[in-house]
Amino acid sequence: MPDILLSVSGLEKSFPGVHALSECHFELRVGEVHALVGENGAGKSTMMKIIAGVYQKDAGQILLRGKEVDIPSPRVAQHLGISMIHQELNLMPHLTVAQNIFIGREPRNAALPFLLDDQAINAQSKALLESLRLTIDPRTRVTDLTVARQQMVEIAKALSLNAQVLIMDEPTAALTESEIDELFRVIRDLREQGVGIVYISHRLEELKQISDRITVMRDGRYIETLNTPEAKIDTIISLMVGRTIYQTAQELPENASGEIVLEVRNLNRGRDLKDINFHLKKGEILGFAGLMGAGRTEVARAIFGADPIDSGEIYIHGERVHIHQPRDAVKHGIGYLSEDRKRYGLNVGMDVQTNVALASFNKFLGMLGVVNDNQMRTTATHYVKQLDIRTPSVQQRVKNLSGGNQQKVVIAKWLTADTEILIFDEPTRGIDVGAKSEIYKLLNELAAQGKSIIMISSELPEILRMSHRVIVMCEGRITGELSMANATQEGIMKFATQRHALVAPDL
Amino acid sequence: MGTDIASPAGELPKIARPLISAEATQKVLAFAALIILFIGFSVASPNFLQFNNIVGILLATAVNGILAIGVTYVIINGGIDLSIGTVMTFSAVMTGVFVTYWQWPVPLGIFAGILMGSFAGFINGVIIAKMKIPPFIATLGMMYVAKGLSLIISGLKPIYFNDSPGFRDIATGSLIGGIIPGFNIPNAVVIMFGAAIVAGLILARTVLGRYTFALGSNEEATRLSGVNVDRWKIAVYTVCGTFAGVAGVVIASRLNSAQPALGQGYELDAIAAVVIGGTSLSGGEGTVLGTVIGAFVLSVLTNGLRIMSVPQEWQVVVTGAIVILAVYLDILRRRRK
Repeated sequence: MPDILLSVSGLEKSFPGVHALSECHFELRVGEVHALVGENGAGKSTMMKIIAGVYQKDAGQILLRGKEVDIPSPRVAQHLGISMIHQELNLMPHLTVAQNIFIGREPRNAALPFLLDDQAINAQSKALLESLRLTIDPRTRVTDLTVARQQMVEIAKALSLNAQVLIMDEPTAALTESEIDELFRVIRDLREQGVGIVYISHRLEELKQISDRITVMRDGRYIETLNTPEAKIDTIISLMVGRTIYQTAQELPENASGEIVLEVRNLNRGRDLKDINFHLKKGEILGFAGLMGAGRTEVARAIFGADPIDSGEIYIHGERVHIHQPRDAVKHGIGYLSEDRKRYGLNVGMDVQTNVALASFNKFLGMLGVVNDNQMRTTATHYVKQLDIRTPSVQQRVKNLSGGNQQKVVIAKWLTADTEILIFDEPTRGIDVGAKSEIYKLLNELAAQGKSIIMISSELPEILRMSHRVIVMCEGRITGELSMANATQEGIMKFATQRHALVAPDL
Repeated sequence: MGTDIASPAGELPKIARPLISAEATQKVLAFAALIILFIGFSVASPNFLQFNNIVGILLATAVNGILAIGVTYVIINGGIDLSIGTVMTFSAVMTGVFVTYWQWPVPLGIFAGILMGSFAGFINGVIIAKMKIPPFIATLGMMYVAKGLSLIISGLKPIYFNDSPGFRDIATGSLIGGIIPGFNIPNAVVIMFGAAIVAGLILARTVLGRYTFALGSNEEATRLSGVNVDRWKIAVYTVCGTFAGVAGVVIASRLNSAQPALGQGYELDAIAAVVIGGTSLSGGEGTVLGTVIGAFVLSVLTNGLRIMSVPQEWQVVVTGAIVILAVYLDILRRRRK
């Protein structure tokens, strides 16, 4: 019977407005690589951060080698032998490898304790790195290392703290193939030594290679644990996605014409976007699905001119256009409703009518550049009525409106600017259920009027409900395209976790 | 897979290592600038390369140099200290109170005066670390407070040290001149270099130095590694205040008086010296050696321009241009990495 290293049960955690974890449990054995998977927001990072002392649990029990423990801070976690390597590495870039590993616990000069014993620091670091069979000079500055090696430094640091439990959050996100091989070698070495490793990742094929067991979480709950050798990827995916049956009927507007209003060819930008090719038809709602970081926002921003591109062509109504900044995009009739509307979509300190006019100020200027207040008011009032924006007046400061109404103001802004192509990035984020259906209704109306919509969303039910077609992205590539008829949650998730473009995994 | 760059510090002679932390290029640039200026002015005017003029340059650098060395810590830490000028004056005034008014023995008075600087730095640190007020604002406030206190305590008039004849010699006397006849390098210069060496050693060899860099490089990571961030932040600002205190004693000795209206404005020259020396205002890296070179660049510039009869107003313009140029070169260097 393998030894249980860590056992978590009944874990509860809430943040304001969000019940993040409900009755979670998890078990880690000695010398095991245990993968933790789930959709965005499933609670994986939250549970691990509680174990690592970054968050405090509201309720539940954590047992380390059979004894109950309390973990109020990262320092306590370290003392207990629990280390977490976050996605954003916790290193001081200007310091050397050795200095980073021993930060806070530097060996001192025997005679004068305020002096550091740099020789000891370097020697001990070297020994540590060698035990991991790594050839890194401990005197190298961390910022001079590749991301892969910086990660190794974090692992070495965890080991120097005698970590028995090592939690790794998306460790391979920024690594090349050969770097991943080296990481796996290190992980296997650690497993031999009896370290228990929790491996959070979306990359299901990798998990099959490296893990012993796989635990699936969903909506803050524990779902199931599978033995990796027997687990099929399809099974994992359906556990991740669940059997949520979407109750309400889908309201599908008619597809107007087949005219292609937007076409993107060979869009590339560094590591973020690779060979993006797609088109958008008039009156269509094109859903963009994928996990966080898949590159969907990057595509939107590239088309909108908010970020530069390395190569690629954009065609609007069949004609090639050059978009270098958002102004060009707006001139060509493209509007972008960003994810973070408070930061990028609105001037929250200003009133409704100013925000509505924001993208098309030139329409509201009279002689000598004087702003035509009346005209702004009229336009804003028109949209308040048309979109049913709940506000006491158009002079109301936008920050006093609810999320759903703020979103409508942003929509009004782009309608005022006569945009034909609207890119919605997470249109219903932070909006309550009632307002959500209003936004959906609006989107359908806009499509019916002939606007063409790209809808980026991480909520699968939303994608399935609203889209005529779904494009799925994974790590900067388009991995799949599904029509309304063929799209299912499983199907989308399969493409969303697939690392290479349009290559079907046969596991 | 990935060549590992050995630290340049490993190749330098051991004696030079304490003063240098890592990147050599930033100091090379400043040093090259210094050499160019030196050569340029020597060629432009025969009066430049005179022993007395060089001594004059050294002396002129001393006070600014000490201030700049102290604020280097704060800048490496990722902060800023605008109060060093007026805290320097405050220390000078307090030294005057201790030595002249209260008739304390000179060594004790000096020690207490420096301690006043440390105390001001400590208060800065507490306000920044505990009250979470941004360093710019906190030290701006302290700048005014110290200035006001100096004026109040001194009664708006200078405090003279005529009763303590040895006081003047602290800065302007010459220990070296006593040992090597004819080589009258003022003590103030020796104090500055001494301060530089001590500061450099602390930065490179001690826990305080290490955490100064760590906090400036990634404060959150340092906190998550279990380091008591607040305590070390306060320590850094206290160190800076201490150096301001030393500068206060030196300037009081040079003028043989504590001038309460002085001080405001000195902080900018000090920060300029740090920046020219290659230390980045965003923190995490920097060297004492660079700061010293930067201080010399400034004083060589001022001195050379004056010898060439360039009006004082233009000297200031040139200084400003140099600061911008130095930071821009630093940005370029960073971008190329």
